[in-house]
Amino acid sequence: MSNSDADRLPVELSHISKRFGATQALDDVSVTIRPGQVHSIVGENGAGKSTLGKIIAGVYSPDDGDLLIDGDPVRHWNPGTAQTAGIAMIAQELALVPDLTVAENVYLGAERHRLGFLKRGLNERFAALDAEVGFGLNPRALVRDLRIADQQKTEILRSLARNANVIVMDEPTSSLTAHEMGQLETLMRSLSERGCSIIYVSHFLDSVLRVSDTVTVMRDGRHIMTVPAEDVGKRDLVTAMLGRELDQAFPDRTEAPEPGDVPLLKVSNLATDTGVKDMSFEVHRGEIVGLLGLVGSGRSECLRALIGVDAITGGTVEVKGFDRTGAPPHRMISEGVFLVPEDRHKDGLVLERSVRENIALSSLAARATSGIVRTSAEIGTARELADSLEIRPLDIERPVGQFSGGNQQKALLAKALAAKPDLVILDEPTRGVDVGAKRTIYDLISRLAADGYGVLLISSEHEEIMELAHRAYLVAGGRTIDHIEPSESTMENVLFRLFHVASGEEPAA
Amino acid sequence: MKQLFNNRVPAARTRPSIRQVTIEYAVLILLGVVIVALAILSPSFFTFGNLVNILSQNAPLVIIAATGTFVIISGNFDLSTGAMYSLAGVLAASISMAFDTVWPALLAAPVIGILLGTFNGLVITRLRVHSFLATLASSMIFTTIAVLITGGSLITVTTEGFSALGRERIGGIFISVFVMIAVVAALWFVLRRSVFGRHVFAVGGNPEAAEMSGVRVIRVRVAVMALSGLAAGIAGAIGVSRIASGQPLAGTGMELQAIAAVILGGTSIYGGVGAVWRSVAGVFLIALIGNGFDLLSLNPQLKDLVTGFIILAAVGLAAADRVRR
Repeated sequence: MSNSDADRLPVELSHISKRFGATQALDDVSVTIRPGQVHSIVGENGAGKSTLGKIIAGVYSPDDGDLLIDGDPVRHWNPGTAQTAGIAMIAQELALVPDLTVAENVYLGAERHRLGFLKRGLNERFAALDAEVGFGLNPRALVRDLRIADQQKTEILRSLARNANVIVMDEPTSSLTAHEMGQLETLMRSLSERGCSIIYVSHFLDSVLRVSDTVTVMRDGRHIMTVPAEDVGKRDLVTAMLGRELDQAFPDRTEAPEPGDVPLLKVSNLATDTGVKDMSFEVHRGEIVGLLGLVGSGRSECLRALIGVDAITGGTVEVKGFDRTGAPPHRMISEGVFLVPEDRHKDGLVLERSVRENIALSSLAARATSGIVRTSAEIGTARELADSLEIRPLDIERPVGQFSGGNQQKALLAKALAAKPDLVILDEPTRGVDVGAKRTIYDLISRLAADGYGVLLISSEHEEIMELAHRAYLVAGGRTIDHIEPSESTMENVLFRLFHVASGEEPAA
Repeated sequence: MKQLFNNRVPAARTRPSIRQVTIEYAVLILLGVVIVALAILSPSFFTFGNLVNILSQNAPLVIIAATGTFVIISGNFDLSTGAMYSLAGVLAASISMAFDTVWPALLAAPVIGILLGTFNGLVITRLRVHSFLATLASSMIFTTIAVLITGGSLITVTTEGFSALGRERIGGIFISVFVMIAVVAALWFVLRRSVFGRHVFAVGGNPEAAEMSGVRVIRVRVAVMALSGLAAGIAGAIGVSRIASGQPLAGTGMELQAIAAVILGGTSIYGGVGAVWRSVAGVFLIALIGNGFDLLSLNPQLKDLVTGFIILAAVGLAAADRVRR
């Protein structure tokens, strides 16, 4: 809006690189955002599109390359300075204060005051802003009572209240209904007509094509192409997002087990209030089963519910033929089901404690005599597992928090194996793990299946499931929509269907 | 896949840095410095009488602080230990007077402590109240009950032999000191070697991970609070025996002294890190500073000032280390 000088580019990224540990999130990316344009960024999970948005908004700083705002390279770029420069971000995880009202949130930090006392008229000020965009939010409602979609609108209003002329929207549509998505698209168009640039990071290709002026495709942290939206179709985008050479060697797929016995795990019509609506699948001994879905499709939520961490509101979970719906985690573990969670730090490891203690935590009872831990047995198991999983440095007494991401993941796997499960559930086992460690983990997964364990695998790197799993289920919107054999399907096909369904075009098959 | 299990590497053992060792043993080093200083400055410090007195005077606090280590490692606080100490003592005193017994009355104190502690634990886990608030409230309740029982004054115990636990000596050393040593040794062993101890660390360090690993987090929390009550009850029995009277405010302030000692010992209030012996050292560090003021006839009003600065220094040192990581 304040962009009077039309020649100046509001945002220009020049040879930007960003690394997280062993992962090259962005690799020499150059993109130019023009004034008054809706510029979409698309790519597979982990292609670097969110990272790109976050660099523009000052959440991350680039390791290399220049970020130019209104033509000038920036230094000390952070969310605060970004906001001052007129750049706002609407993140996937909303940043609102639940106990304040909508209007108070919108003007948080930008309150009008006299000598520190709030002036009246907040709600009137809000009404004027809201009328402009037509959301129709109640300014006096508490944010905690709003639906996610309305919370998102509150965030959008917040950035508008600060006269942002560049708004980064990171997957804003994932929790919206089709109608709300339409509203958001109209809003994006009207904002761009007022000279505001929108950077739209999204999985929803139809929405992207409807609303964008320009589309940038990312893959593996690299810039693939930037084209006018009118020149491309959905197929072109999927092909560009996908077209990679296989850069990781996978072990050979193990032989699929004989079907027919009682499944280790059978989930039927599972529903939760965390976003799982209707998921059904089963895993047999010796089988690797994958859940394929986009971020936010409800895969991790399903796992948390089935092992008893979150409440189940509908459906059943059977283990080895017995109903175990709603059994608590310790019960599921004793039944032989062990989840290796996605978030190593939050749910997985006790970072201050040693590798040995972490590995042994799941199986202390088996290595204790009347409540006293038999240290020798514990050390033996921990050392053996740490050694076979190639944890480096091989020092089981060192706090696990001091290891690299790959080695932490191995420690977590070792903990799972120490519990002697029948079924191992792996949620994003290779996230943030370097290539070498990935191969070790793939080998382990194959080996587990060959040894007769059941493996349920979730990965945003769909390739892993396509290469390792015997069977896979397609998951979208909290539902299992189809069931495929990866050896007889192609990535392109799978992705096309997932993106298609995510756009709400194809009814659940 | 064959290579998965056969390229063995010799086990590495990374040495902890001097800095880490210093932090871990800071409380012992300080304790050593204070002991040496007092030994040089005051000839009456290293006398048998003085040392035995320090041990026996602090026996109840050591028991509470050693157990407080569990509470804080598990990520909780217990602000009701002082009140439980008083209430258990008052009840022991009135039981002794009512039934003219000694040991059943003194043994009732730990039992009452377990009940009170379990009550705390259930409030924390069932009502999902933060332990800080739950025990703040329950300490008021317990104190009031103690006041009501005594009618606001104190219950003087005249039962023959009631003071044995607090005042009798074996080989010149108070029985209470032996009790203290036994309790500390048991706690040390449980924390270091038992499944329960390991679970306490895990629950404090990362409750979600513990839950997902099959640890029954709620049970561990209740058990830790019950243990804290047990310790307050044992301490209460020693205390009431020593003064031979049940006083409803006898334990007031002990809960904070115990927490101070645990923190001084380097146990993290963020949970997951700590050791029993360091809390014990923390108690004696604070006690010796007090003893030093007495022996050297310094202004006793400055005692808490010095203690306060030492605690700040210890906590600051630990925080600096955490930031570095």
